[in-house]
Amino acid sequence: MSESSENSRRDFLKKGALGVTLAAWGQLVFSCSSSGEGHEHGMAEQTDTVKVLTPDGQLVEVNRAHLMHAHHTQEVSYEEARTGVPGKKFVMVIDLARCTNARRCVSACQKMHHLPPDREWLTVKLMKDSKTSEPYWFPKTCFHCDNPPCVKVCPVDATFKRQDGLVLVDNTRCIGCKFCMTACPYSTRVFNWGEPGEPADMKTHYSSPETSIPGQVGTVEKCDFCPDMARMGKLPDCVTACPNGAFFFGDQNEDIVTNGSETFRFSELIAERAAYRYGEELGTEPRVYYLPPVDRIRPAEEALEEMPEERRKLYEDQL
Amino acid sequence: MMKTVELNKKQTAIVQALEPQFKKAGIVYRLWVGLLLALILFGAYGLYKQIAIGHVVTGMRDNVVWGYYIANFIYFIGVSYGAAMLAAILYYFKVPWGRPIIRISALVAFITGIIGPVFILLCIGRFDRLHYLFIHARVQSPITWDVMVISTYLVGITVFAYLLLVKDFAILRDSPLLELPSWRRKLYSALALRYKGTEEQENQIDHSTKSMAFIMVPKVILAFAVLSWIFGMSLRPGWHSTIFGPAYVISSVATGIALIIGVMWVYRKLFGLDEYLTDQHFRKMALILLVLVAAFGYFTFSEYITSWYSSGKWEAAVTAKLLDFDEFGWAFHLANLFGIIIPIIVIAFPRLRTPNNLALISLLLVVAVWVRRYLTVVPPLETPLLPVQDARPEFLHYSATWVEWALVLAGAATFFIFFTLIPKLINVIPISVYEKENK
Repeated sequence: MSESSENSRRDFLKKGALGVTLAAWGQLVFSCSSSGEGHEHGMAEQTDTVKVLTPDGQLVEVNRAHLMHAHHTQEVSYEEARTGVPGKKFVMVIDLARCTNARRCVSACQKMHHLPPDREWLTVKLMKDSKTSEPYWFPKTCFHCDNPPCVKVCPVDATFKRQDGLVLVDNTRCIGCKFCMTACPYSTRVFNWGEPGEPADMKTHYSSPETSIPGQVGTVEKCDFCPDMARMGKLPDCVTACPNGAFFFGDQNEDIVTNGSETFRFSELIAERAAYRYGEELGTEPRVYYLPPVDRIRPAEEALEEMPEERRKLYEDQL
Repeated sequence: MMKTVELNKKQTAIVQALEPQFKKAGIVYRLWVGLLLALILFGAYGLYKQIAIGHVVTGMRDNVVWGYYIANFIYFIGVSYGAAMLAAILYYFKVPWGRPIIRISALVAFITGIIGPVFILLCIGRFDRLHYLFIHARVQSPITWDVMVISTYLVGITVFAYLLLVKDFAILRDSPLLELPSWRRKLYSALALRYKGTEEQENQIDHSTKSMAFIMVPKVILAFAVLSWIFGMSLRPGWHSTIFGPAYVISSVATGIALIIGVMWVYRKLFGLDEYLTDQHFRKMALILLVLVAAFGYFTFSEYITSWYSSGKWEAAVTAKLLDFDEFGWAFHLANLFGIIIPIIVIAFPRLRTPNNLALISLLLVVAVWVRRYLTVVPPLETPLLPVQDARPEFLHYSATWVEWALVLAGAATFFIFFTLIPKLINVIPISVYEKENK
C-alpha cells in the first residue's frame, strides 16, 4: 500500500507542477480576456504581445488577439462520471488571509465553464462576523458536503454524491424543481432561468455531469470542482487563477493539498492554521475548509476603496 | 317495468328550486363566463411565454426560486384538503345539519384539488421531464412523497365526490319535473351507473361512500403532513419549525371552510336557497371556523414570539422582515388582522354572526391566508444564510411579473368558472340525502 500511495503522491506532485505551468499560461489568457476587469482592480498595464510557454516547453511571443482558451476534457462514460475518480477524496482549503477580492478565480471559473457574467458558480462575499471584527473577503465554492442537503431532497437523482466526495448535477436528468436550491443553506446553486447563453460550439460539446456543458435551460447547475481536470491530475481553474494562491486543492486520501506553487500536508495545514468549515453547526459536513483571515496580506477595505462607487454599494449592508 | 328513483315532497321541492339553473343562461351569465374565459386564456398566453422563453419571464431568481406559483400551490391544495376533510367528517358522522353542505364541500375540494397541482407544475423548469418523477423516483425526497400523496389524494377525492353524486344523477335522469335536452338525460344516465334505487344498490353505494369518507380523513392528514414537510425538512428558518405542519393544517381547513361559506352565500343569494342553506347552517360553519382561526392565531403567535424572543440570528432576521413595515410588515400585520383577529371578533359575538357578515369575513380570510402563504414562501428565501451582495434588484427581492399574475388570476378564474358552470349541470344541494324525509 505504502509504495503505491508513494507513487500516486509523486504523481500528484508532478501533476501539481504541471498545474503551475498551466496556471502561468492560463493567467495570461485570462488577463487578456478580462482586461476591462483588470483595470478595475488596478492591474499592470496591458501590452499587445505576450510570452507564452507552449505545452512542449518553448517560449514564444504571440499577439494577445491570437490567444485562445484551450480547455481539453477527458471524456468518460456516464457510469464513471457518476461514481467518481477511483481512490480519491477531493478536498479544498481556502486561505482567507490571502484573498484580496482580485476576482480572478471568478473570471477563470466563468471562462472555464462558459458562463455568462450574470451566472457565477464561484462568488466572493464580503464578510464581517461581528460589529467589532474586521471585514474579510470570502470566496465561496460549492462545499461538496459529505451530508449534502441538496442531494437528500432531489426527487430524480439528478444531483448526487460521488465516491470521490464530489456533489455533481446531471443536467440531462434535472427536472428544475429547484428544491435543492432551497435546501442548500449556502446559496451555492444557480438556475438556468433562460437559455444558457454559451458559445455556439459548446452546444455540441460532449455532455457529462463532469462538465455540465452544454448548459440546459430550466435546470440547476453549480460549482463542480472541475472534475474533468481533477481526473487528468490538474487543478481547478479557480486554484490556478488566484494571484495570491489562496485556494488549495488536493486529495484527502493522500493527505495533500496544493495551490500550484506550495504544497502542504492537508491534515497538518488545517490543524496548524485552525481551519474551520462554514456553517459547521448545520451538520452538512462540508469538504471545503477555511483558514481564518489572520494576518491578511491586504485589508479588505483597500479592495473596496478601489471599486467603483456602484459596486461598493453592494457591500454596504455588510459593513 | 323498469324501476325509477322516486322522490318525496322535500326532494321534489329541491328539484323545483334548482330547476331554473338547468335552463338556458342569460346575457349577464354569458358575459361573466366570457370574462373568466378571457382571464384563463390570458394565463395560457403567459404559460406559452414561459415555456417558449424560459422561467426568465417570471420574477423568480436564484435566491427566491419559489414565488407566486408555490404560494398558490400550497394555498389551493391546502384548501382542497380542508374542504375534503370537512365533507368526509360531515358524511361519516352523519352530522344532521351537514347534509346540504356536503355537496358544496366535496366540489370545493375536488376543484381546488385540480387547480393546486397545476401550480407546482408551473414551477418546474422542465415540463418535458416530468415523467422522471416516476421512472427515476428517489424515495428519500419529500417531493416523491408528495407526488405519491397528491396523486392518491386526487383519486380519492374524485371517487368520493363522484360517489356522493351517483344517486343524484339517477334522480336527474329520471325526474319528470325537469325539461332537459336528450343529451343531458343521456349524460346523467351514463353518470348514474344504472342506479335504480334498489335496496342492494343503495347499500353498496352508501357503504362505498362511507368507506371513502373514512379513508379520506387519514389520507388528508397524511397529505397535509407531507406537504408541510417539503418546507419543514429544509434548514431554512421560517420553514424549519415543528409547528409548520399543524399551523398549515389549521389555516388550510379554516380557508376551506371560509371558501365553502362564500360559495354557500353566493348560491343561496343567486338561487334563492334560503330554505336549504339556512342561517343556522352559516352559524354552525362559523363556529367551526372560530375554533380553527383561534388555533391558527395561537400557532402564529407561538411561532413568531419564540423566534423573536430568542437570539438566533438567522431566524430572527426572517421574523424581523415580517415585522418591519419597510419589508413585509404591512402584508403580515394586515393578513393577521383580516385573517385572524377580525374573523374571531365577528364570529364571537352572536349579534354579528349574520350570513352577510360571515360571507364578508370569509372573503377577507380567504385573501389573508393567501397572503400568509406568500409570506411563508418568499421572506425565508429572501433571507439566505450568506449575504446576497448582488447588483441586480431581482436577485435581492422577489417581485412577480405579469406572467405570474396572469397565471394566478387564471387559477382564480378557473375556480370561479367551475362554480359558475357546475349549477348548470348538477344540483348544488344534494337531493338523495333527503330520501328518508316524510316517509
